This record gives sequence, C-alpha cells and structure tokens, in this order.
Amino acid sequence: MKIKQNIAISESGFLFDPATGHSFTTNPSGLRIMQLLREGKNKSTILEQLAQEFDTEHDTLERDVNDYLNMLNYFKLTQS
Amino acid sequence: MATSKKPYERPVIQRLNAGVTGKFGQPSVTASVSNIDGNSVDALIQQFGSPLFVISENTLTKTYRDAERAFTNRYPKVQLAWSYKTNYLDAVCRIYHRLGAWAEVVSGFEYEKALANGVEGSKIIFNGPGKSAAELEKAIHNQSLIHIDHADEFYVLRELVQQNGQSARVAIRVNMDCGIYPQWDRFGFNLENGEAFNMIEQICSVDEMHLEGLHCHIGTFVLSTQSYSIAAAKMSQLALQIKKQFSITIKYLDLGGGFASKNTLKGSFLQGQDANPSIDKYAEAICSAILKSGFNENELPLLILESGRALIDESGYLLGSVLSHKRLGDGRSALILDFGVNVLFTAFWYDHKISTTQVHGQWQEDMVLYGPLCMNIDVVREHITLPPLNKGDKVVVHNTGAYNMTQWMQFISMRPAVVLIDRNEKPHTIRLRETTATIQAQEKIPNHLTHG
Amino acid sequence: MKIKLVIGVTALNAIDSPGPGIAVIRSLRDSKKFDVRIIGLAYEFLEPGIFMHDLVDKSYQIPLPGTGMEALWQRITQIHERESIDVLIPNFDAELFNFIQLADRFKAIGIQTFLPTASQFENRHKTNLPQLGKISGIAVPETRSLNTLKDVRNVSKDWTFPFFIKGRYYDAIRVFSEEQANAAFHKLAAAWGYPVIAQKNVSGEEVNVTAIGDGKGNTLGAVAMKKMYVTDKGKAWSGISIADEDLLLQSKKLIQALRWPGGLELEWIKDANGNYQLLEINPRFPAWVYLATGCGQNHPEQLVSLALEQPVEAIEAYETGKLFVRFSFDLLVNIEDFEKITTKGEL
Repeated sequence: MKIKQNIAISESGFLFDPATGHSFTTNPSGLRIMQLLREGKNKSTILEQLAQEFDTEHDTLERDVNDYLNMLNYFKLTQS
Repeated sequence: MATSKKPYERPVIQRLNAGVTGKFGQPSVTASVSNIDGNSVDALIQQFGSPLFVISENTLTKTYRDAERAFTNRYPKVQLAWSYKTNYLDAVCRIYHRLGAWAEVVSGFEYEKALANGVEGSKIIFNGPGKSAAELEKAIHNQSLIHIDHADEFYVLRELVQQNGQSARVAIRVNMDCGIYPQWDRFGFNLENGEAFNMIEQICSVDEMHLEGLHCHIGTFVLSTQSYSIAAAKMSQLALQIKKQFSITIKYLDLGGGFASKNTLKGSFLQGQDANPSIDKYAEAICSAILKSGFNENELPLLILESGRALIDESGYLLGSVLSHKRLGDGRSALILDFGVNVLFTAFWYDHKISTTQVHGQWQEDMVLYGPLCMNIDVVREHITLPPLNKGDKVVVHNTGAYNMTQWMQFISMRPAVVLIDRNEKPHTIRLRETTATIQAQEKIPNHLTHG
Repeated sequence: MKIKLVIGVTALNAIDSPGPGIAVIRSLRDSKKFDVRIIGLAYEFLEPGIFMHDLVDKSYQIPLPGTGMEALWQRITQIHERESIDVLIPNFDAELFNFIQLADRFKAIGIQTFLPTASQFENRHKTNLPQLGKISGIAVPETRSLNTLKDVRNVSKDWTFPFFIKGRYYDAIRVFSEEQANAAFHKLAAAWGYPVIAQKNVSGEEVNVTAIGDGKGNTLGAVAMKKMYVTDKGKAWSGISIADEDLLLQSKKLIQALRWPGGLELEWIKDANGNYQLLEINPRFPAWVYLATGCGQNHPEQLVSLALEQPVEAIEAYETGKLFVRFSFDLLVNIEDFEKITTKGEL
C-alpha cells in the first residue's frame, strides 16, 4: 500500500490532498505509520517498527494498524 | 527495555469538515478519574469485577447534609424522607435513616424494606396508586402516613378503619397546574377542578381518618424552580382554606421531590452540571412561598421533602471496561463496553458524563458507545468525544446513583455487584454480583420436561 | 497616551448571518482611549476572523458551549497564562450562560468582564417579556405560553390570524390557520422544548436599537437603526441610523427597568397608532454595532471602560443618516495558516 504521491504530510500531523481539496489530521502514532508508508515499508515491516518504538502488544498493534490502513483507503489517500 | 518505548495511542486519522471544531490544543473534555475516595478504579475492578457500581458514602453524606441545610436555613420545621424507589439497597437506606431521613415508599415491598431497616411505622410515608387492602391495613396498624392517591383507595381505607375501629393518619396527594408540562394529573386529586377539596370534605366526614397533611409531587427532573414556588403557594392556600372551613390544622406539607441532579438530559444544550438549579434554589423557591402565604407563625406546617435523585445521583459511579474498538460503516469510531442499558438504565434519559482512568494525549475522537447486548437499543452514548481508547481500558460513568440500582434489568446477562466505599475509604460489597444460580433459583421445570 | 490592553473577543463568524465579534473589534481598533491587542476566540476552524490578521492579533480555539463550563475555564486560563487578557467580551447568546457563571472566577485571575447576572439574562427571555412589560411600562405584543394542542386551539379561537408561533429560544413562524399553528407548535416544541410561545402579530415598521447600560439603570449610549435591506435569513444587509425621541425614551425606560449591564440589542415595532412595542431583547451587541461607532457612539469602548471600572460618560448625540452596507469579501488563506488552527488550535 502506498500513500498518493501528491499528498502533503506535515510534522504536525496535518494532511492535505490537493487533488480533492480535503484536509485531515492524524495523531503521532498515525503520523508514524504515514511516514513509514512514505518510506515504502510494507505492513509487516511497519508492525515490526512500531512494536520497537511503542509500548504495546502485538495483537493490539496489528488490529489498530489494519483499522488505520482501512481508514486511509476509506478516505482515498492511497494508491496501488 | 519496555521503559524506553514511547507510550502507545491507537492511530487515528480524521477528516476536517467545515463546521467541525478542533480537537487539538484544547483541554481534554473529560479529565481522567483514576481514583474514587482513595480507591483506585483498577484495584476496585480487580477485586470486585467489571462492570461495578460504586457508591461513595462521603459524597452521599455531604449531599444529604447540604440539602438539609438548604431547607433548615430557610424554614423552621423540615423533614427529609428517603425515596426508596430511587435506590432501595438496604445499606444505602440505612445511611439515610442514620442521617435522620424518614422513609417514603410506594409499594408493599418497599414498605417491608423500610420496616426491616428499622424505621418506625410512624416515620414511613406510604405513597403511590397501587396499595393493596392488606398493605393499607398494616400501614394503619403502624400509624404510618397514608397518602391517598385516588377515590377507590379512600373507600377501601374507610371500610378498613370503620371495621377495625382503628384510626388512620392520612394525607391526600394533590395535582395542580404549576406552569410545567406535562402536568402530572394522573396521580392524586386535581386542585383546580375542585376534586381535591371534595376528597378532603369526604375525609373530614370520617371520624377514624385524621387528615394530617397535604402532598404533591409536580414532576421529575423539574428544571424550573418557579414551579415549586407555585406548588408551595397553592398547597399553603389549600391548607389555610381547610383550616377556615373545617377547623383542621394541617400538620405537614409534603412537597415531594423531582429536583434535578447534575446529569445532562438528552437534547440539552448546556451541561447539567452547569445549568441545573442547585438544591438551594429549590429550597428558596419552596420555603419563601410557604412563609409568604399567611400561616400564623405558631401554626407553620412541617415541611417534608421526598427528594431521591438529587440526594444520591452524584455519589454513584459505574465502572466498566472497553471490550472492543470498532469501525462503523460510515467511518465513525465506536466502542463496545461491558455494560449496556440493562445495567445503566438511565442511559435512556441522560448523556452521562464518562471519564477515562488514564491520562491521554490531546487527541480526541468522536465516537458511539455501545453496550454488550445483542440488541440494537443497547446504546450508552449516541455521540461522545473521548481519547482513542482500546480493549481493556477502563471508564467511569458519573452520576449513576439514582434509579439504576432499582430499574436495572436482568436481561441477557447478570447484574453487577455494588460496592459502598465507607467514610474511612474502605470498600464493602453491599450487593453481590448475580450468578446463573441467582436467577435459576426462581425457576421451576415441570416433570414432563425434566428428562431427555 | 492610549492605554494598552489585551482583549479577548468571541463570535468571529463574519459570515452571511454574522456574529458581532468583528464589528466589536473594529470599534475597539477605532478607540482613541485604548491601544488594543485582540485575542480572537473561535469555536470553528473557518470563522473568518481567525484569518483577518489586520484586525485579530492572535486566535485560539475554545470548546463549544455544550462541552461545559469547566472545559471553557481551563481553556481560557491556559490562554490567559500566555496572553494576560485584561478584558473578555463574549458575543454569542449561546455562550453567555457559561461566561456569566464564570465571571467571578475570571475576575479573580485578573480578567474583567461586564455582563448581566444570571437572573437578568434569564428575565429577558421572550417567555418573560409580558412580565417585563408590566414592570417597566413598556408595550409588548400580547403573548401566551402554549403547552398543549388545547392551548393552540384556544389561542386560534381567541385571536385573529395571522399571529406568530415562536420557539422558546429561537425561530418564529407566522401562521394563518389553526392547522398551520398546530404544525408550527409541534415543530418548535420538538426543536426548543416547552413552552412554545404565541405572539400577536403587530403590523408596522420594525426598528432596532443597539445600546449599553451601566448596570445601575443608566443608558450610556443608544443608537437606532432602520433596516434597509434584509437577507433571506432575515439579517440586515444594510441599514441607516435614525433618531426618534420616543423610541430612545422607551429603550432607556427598559434599560432602567432591567438595570442592564453591558451591550444589548432591542427589536421594536412601531404599530399603526405610532406606539413602539418590544419584540425581543438580545443580550449582547448586534453585528451592526460598528454603525453606532461610526455615528459617534463607541459602545464597545464604553464596555471596556465599564469592565475596568473606569468612569464612563453617557453619550446622547449621534449622527443620523449614516448607512452601513455589508459586503462579501473572499479572504485568501494559506494552507499553513489553516494547518496551524486545525492542528495547534491557535493562529
């Protein structure tokens, strides 16, 4: 999964999609997922990375990351 | 190792829509509450299970004292009576009785409870439209205050006192127009159409019936203190009229209850905590109206109040746990909690204040809170803004002391335990968590269904 | 030497149905007495005032009124720690309840306000107008409270159509038949609760007054305005200052009876006999208050002086025949500014 190229992501967690005019905000863990996606990481790498950085359990992380990626699709922020 | 990791918060992304207000840079809507009267929420849940009702004896006592003071500072003769239907757990009732409250009951069951809690018969007020002849007989015998609700009850009562030759202490419940809607004219006798006065006349014609008081109860969660002024003034006028016409001195006026607690009614624009009248405002409205109505100073009636909700709501908490975070079809977030409307019955009326137990970051999201029942009606909050909670996180529902521990339903699952935290901050179970055996004890299986 | 002050102002929604914030700020910027730094307090991201950097020095988001008093208190104290606000001027009806309740606590940390008391705020509600009319000797259109369909039937029998059915807090529907009255009753009861209000229709000329009271019964300023053009939302798009001695006299009488502290807007109608009847009292400055400033009465400046407990002279005179004409203006906003207000809650 990839984030659309033209989407601007700022350090504050603000996202702007110039193609649609929609803007979004995301929290720090969400921003980290965005950055990893930008770096071209796949889901399992993202999960590994987050597990190293954040204090939580694997199942929780897996469920939440799945939900987050679904929301990115829902908001049409991704491209194949 | 784990200590070097950052604290985790569920990742959330939200689209910014026009008209949406920011969730960032603002103080959390609900400060976290991790402790109730010196007991950590986590420890309480660990010891007594989740969900769990908790009652604070400290808050209960303080609220009672404040209410009592609000009235006694303004009026010389005041008596509070604990409204059993609001919360009739024996431990709770006993606290109120020790604080000096009489008992106000509306059924034979509640009447039995009051007696068992050591209340003298003469300090039990017997209200309600559904008293049986046997219950009335007991109340007559115990010299309880019987508040007649309808004409048929009067006839039963008259027959009983005339048969037994024993006198009864009675009052009538009066309903009237106090400028609020709906007008509760289904209880008692109407004042404006003369029904109340006719009933009084009938009572006065029975030697064995002693008309001691007048009772009204104008509504529930009444936010207009002005309506209480009107009710108190009309009741006083009626008492003075009775004095003039029948030379009977009314000993007490029972203004009932109906005072709002700090909960927020569904559809309210402002928070109940901020906007609902304080007990002092109700007291001022009632006391000044009676004092201004023209009673001789030595004939001022005793003022009885039967407040329930305003006395206990704030001392009750419901603790619970998140079972799951869920994504709805339209992208909204939802949480499934381990308690639903079967336990938190008042979720039907209020937008309950709900706190988290841990300190979260500044991110908050809009969500729906569901209970665990497999029923579409099981919605605890249709809309709330909370931090991104996850499975296992604990929540605290505030202001749950009134009507939940009496109106809760044994539906689909068992009712939780109730714990009282005493004034020394020690927790006591005052009602056990129900088990399958609790429910099955009441069931019988006919012979033809007992075997394979 | 002008006195330097930091002033917090709400209602930056200068949209087609505008809040008064921007008009209040322009008045304060025109002040010869004060040199103001304006802190804009906004509920929504897109309130235009947030992006009007020549009028608003800094904006912060504040929690919606329904979030409760405590959340507002926390946010204002947080902002106060950084900005040292001297005076706070709330301008929305819906937020006033919370600000009034917090006024003493604000004062204790050095933030001054000049607001009505909770009971003054309550007494000017339209359900209380008849009572107010009786006390002050002001004419008020005949009004009844409606709680049931029976009440609607009675009022339909007693009065001639058309008359108004009004919601407890907002909205008014003119009805021409009992059926319409029933429908309006249900609609407004569902939206705003009971009682619903029936008010007799008074035909005539509507005029508005913006005024300020000192809280002791004195009117410190009052300017009357006749709407010249009204939008489809019923808001004045242009208006002109007028002078009518009787109108100003009636307004002063009302302010005397209310002992109103601070700004207010009075909506009057001049009936066929030439008498003024009071339709509504709005408990804050109107969005057109800058017209008063332009006519020689700077009510927001007076309000700041009152809040600071400085002596304030009453102003009687003002220029008549001055018009205001509203216009739409597309402010250009960089995405970085939008990002700041949405992610940091300030700009």
